[in-house]
Amino acid sequence: MSATDTTTSATMDAAIATTSAMRAETTGAGPGSGARAGAGTASGARRTGAVHRLGPVAEIPVGEARAYAVDGQQIAVFRLRGGGLRAVDAVCPHAGGPLADGQSDDAVVICPLHAHVFDLSTGESASGAEPLGCYPVGLAADGTLEVTV
Amino acid sequence: MTITENTPITPSRTGTSPAAKAISAVPAQREHRQTPAGGRQRLVVVGNGMAGIRAVEEILARGGADLFEVTVFGDEPYGNYNRILLSNVLAGADTEDEIFLNTPEWYTDNGIRLRAGTRVTGLDRYARVVATEDGTVTPYDKLIIATGSRSFIPPIKGLTGPDGQLPGGVFAFRTIDDCRSMIAFAGGRRTAAVIGGGLLGLEAARGLQTYGLEVHVIDAAPTLMNQQLCAEAGGILRRGVEELGITVHPGARTAQVLLAADETGDGETDGGAAGDGGGLGRAVGLEFADGTRLDVDMIVVAAGIRPNVDVGLRGGLTVERGIVTDDQMRSVDDPDVYVVGECAQHRGQVYGLVAPLWEQATVLAEHITGVNPDAAYHGSKTATKLKVAGVAVAAMGLKDAEHPDDEVVRFVEPRQGVYKSVVIRDGKLVGATLLGDTAKSASLIQAFDHGLPLPEERLKLLFDIGLPAAEVGAAEMADEAQVCNCNGVSKGKIVACVKGGMKTVPGVMNATRAGKGCGSCKTLVKEIVEWAADGDVEDDPSANWYVPGVPMDKPTLMAAVREQELRSVSAVFAALAPDGREDAASKMALTSLLRIVWGGDFVDERDGRFINDRVHANIQKDGTFSVVPMIAGGVTSPDELRRIADVAEKYSVPMVKITGGQRIDLLGVRKEDLPKVWADLDMPSGHAYGKSFRTVKTCVGKDFCRFGVGDSTALGVAIEQRYHGLESPGKLKLAVNGCPRNCAEGLIKDVGVVAIDGGRWEIYIGGAGGAHVRKGDLLATVDSPEEVMTLTGRFLQYYRENGKWLERTYTFVPRVGIEKIRAVVVDDTEGIAADLDARIQESIDAYRDPWLERDEPATPGQFRASLPLVSLPRVPVR
Repeated sequence: MSATDTTTSATMDAAIATTSAMRAETTGAGPGSGARAGAGTASGARRTGAVHRLGPVAEIPVGEARAYAVDGQQIAVFRLRGGGLRAVDAVCPHAGGPLADGQSDDAVVICPLHAHVFDLSTGESASGAEPLGCYPVGLAADGTLEVTV
Repeated sequence: MTITENTPITPSRTGTSPAAKAISAVPAQREHRQTPAGGRQRLVVVGNGMAGIRAVEEILARGGADLFEVTVFGDEPYGNYNRILLSNVLAGADTEDEIFLNTPEWYTDNGIRLRAGTRVTGLDRYARVVATEDGTVTPYDKLIIATGSRSFIPPIKGLTGPDGQLPGGVFAFRTIDDCRSMIAFAGGRRTAAVIGGGLLGLEAARGLQTYGLEVHVIDAAPTLMNQQLCAEAGGILRRGVEELGITVHPGARTAQVLLAADETGDGETDGGAAGDGGGLGRAVGLEFADGTRLDVDMIVVAAGIRPNVDVGLRGGLTVERGIVTDDQMRSVDDPDVYVVGECAQHRGQVYGLVAPLWEQATVLAEHITGVNPDAAYHGSKTATKLKVAGVAVAAMGLKDAEHPDDEVVRFVEPRQGVYKSVVIRDGKLVGATLLGDTAKSASLIQAFDHGLPLPEERLKLLFDIGLPAAEVGAAEMADEAQVCNCNGVSKGKIVACVKGGMKTVPGVMNATRAGKGCGSCKTLVKEIVEWAADGDVEDDPSANWYVPGVPMDKPTLMAAVREQELRSVSAVFAALAPDGREDAASKMALTSLLRIVWGGDFVDERDGRFINDRVHANIQKDGTFSVVPMIAGGVTSPDELRRIADVAEKYSVPMVKITGGQRIDLLGVRKEDLPKVWADLDMPSGHAYGKSFRTVKTCVGKDFCRFGVGDSTALGVAIEQRYHGLESPGKLKLAVNGCPRNCAEGLIKDVGVVAIDGGRWEIYIGGAGGAHVRKGDLLATVDSPEEVMTLTGRFLQYYRENGKWLERTYTFVPRVGIEKIRAVVVDDTEGIAADLDARIQESIDAYRDPWLERDEPATPGQFRASLPLVSLPRVPVR
């Protein structure tokens, strides 16, 4: 991951996320792991088992999602109206759409570009697209989002 | 009576020797209550044609081989062939081999004894045996009579001998032997007459032309295909047939067949075959009732068919036009005797088409095998679609009106050989005829079979209006033809989805994504699904729901929302969705509806909005957005242009573009820059992103234009400033023209206003010029801009409250009907005009420029990047 890439495009929020991701990288991921660009897929995501602290859950409105840069990957975290959290690849495998901008419910997200539908728990597409990678996500005791990649 | 077990022509699969059979043969009278060896019942099928063998196939498919020992008798010494294709054999398009459906091996392989070439001459239901012409009898436990039909030979002098035999050169057209005789005889002859102008007669005529004959069709009826076509359509067909070089003699009554003495040594016909006359002489011509004569070398009789009911009569069964059956296809007199096909009469109907016969065979098999004892045949609605003598014909039900209030819509274009008509009774399709252009046949057959609701614009039954692929019907399209041009879905892919078991139109659309882009191919997708499912399309109950996640149509949903005071999307799901389950695909439409119902009192949950409405800009392919400031009526100023230019430079906007709605679009703006861009522009939102009122396009108008008769710019600006940004079921694009030259294209807008001389204004609604093209309907002509303003608002509110989600006005207006809308909006026949005016005023009062959210974001991270590692924009910079 190149620091210049992220700072030119990221907002302040994203920069915070990037910082935490970088911190996580120094503790968990091995060297050279940032070479991979774009989204992970269900089968091909780079898994290190490292836990990354993303930021306070309050920065995701209920029923919406926000995207985070985590260890060189882009992950969208959904805060479900039913109370749960889901983390999946942030980039639609069909045409690169930003899934954090998609409309979602407790089960699926719909890509805002071409309306491909993905199951938030399995990553499987109901509309014929390639599947998304899914990641364990939860809350730390202090209310911070934690995702395992 | 001697009773012997008959040896099958082909050995049975069990390999029982004739000797063993002779031993097992016992008098039927004693045997018939017993079950034969092996626990199987004896099933005898009289008739080896398409109906009988289809029934056997259906029985075998239901485990019939374990239940029955099957014997099939057939008149003709062949296996089962496709009689429908005989005309192809005559025309040389198919060989005999190609039309065989069941070869002798098929009978052997399935353990069926085939007694081909053995005519059944008797039925003794008390002894439970059938007798054949060679004097043997065969016992049965269950009997199927499928004797079909024979050619009807009209009572014309000289046409038949005393024993019914045809003279030389005269042929029926029913069997493969008839076909062979005709082909053998036709060589070297010059002229032929076909008696009968129905389907079969025309096909025979066309076939005979193949042999270089000059062909005359002698039709006693005034109209070709009199059974299916009205006089006008028949006339058009006649023109098409005559263009092929066939002479038609309509209304010609044949008085007698002129015969000459048999010639000896006619080498072209072999002894014993039809055509040789057998001593009756040889046909040389026809004499008509008016005394005129027509000299011909051969005559083909295709004057209709009559059911073969002899076996039924001999067995004492009730016979009217056919052998009368119940709903299980059994004779009404004997539960062990089934009747199927053209010889069966069910509820007064005798069917001569193949589709009903398949349905009957299925019911028969379900019942006789006990797989479904409740199986019942309820009759068929028959529709034909075929090419007759090169002309495409589809016909179903009535050919013309029968009752005074039957509604008939007809289109006739004789020069093109096109005739289309539909007959509608009580809103249901009861008949249709298509000639020359059968592209709409699939949807018509569907509507006819299932009594589907019909479009208000009846013309749509006959034409695909405004559809790009209109010329090609579902059936004719190639598999690889692209149907959905947005998502690249071929016909083959849709068909495969249907064959895979998906039987609803929305189901196929979801699975293949066909029709999920701009939607302009939806009608074609629907037709292909109907065609591929062969009429077996399941109605989708959700088709009338406002959204997929709440099982209610829009009026019911709106009533429930008001009654239960549901003010948020989550409240609607909790109260009205199955199990209270929320549905992502329903949220945007519910948000729009709640805003229309509650105006400012709506509880705005941002996850209920589509991304465009969350950030008030239109998302682009790379995740950037387009920004279109409001330029009311297309009128701007140097100061605004300067600000737009500054913003474009400051934020490195990749493209600045003039839109079709007379505005300026800044494309490729990063999400996080949106609030700053709005602040620097300091202009209101142009709403070029939502399902809402967008823009009013105007022409220059009378202040500048030398043709202008009204101040179109002033009115356009006023309309846009009053109504802009209001949510609606679909987007709204308007225009105001200063004169009827329509430079602002008002006739193809959702609402288009046209100034006409005398200070008056015309208001058109329901126009479209995008994926769909439609000229708007004239709502009213008024005297002042103020009236234009009022009626526009009232119509918009009526559409907002009654339009289905994503239903543009070009669909809404024809669906509701311009008369109805005019009555409500202009004449106030329902007394709701004041309410509509008041409610749209509430929405206007509740309107707030969404770009003001730049100062106080509505949610945390509202404008945060959703692709944090992607360097945007990723579009070319121009």
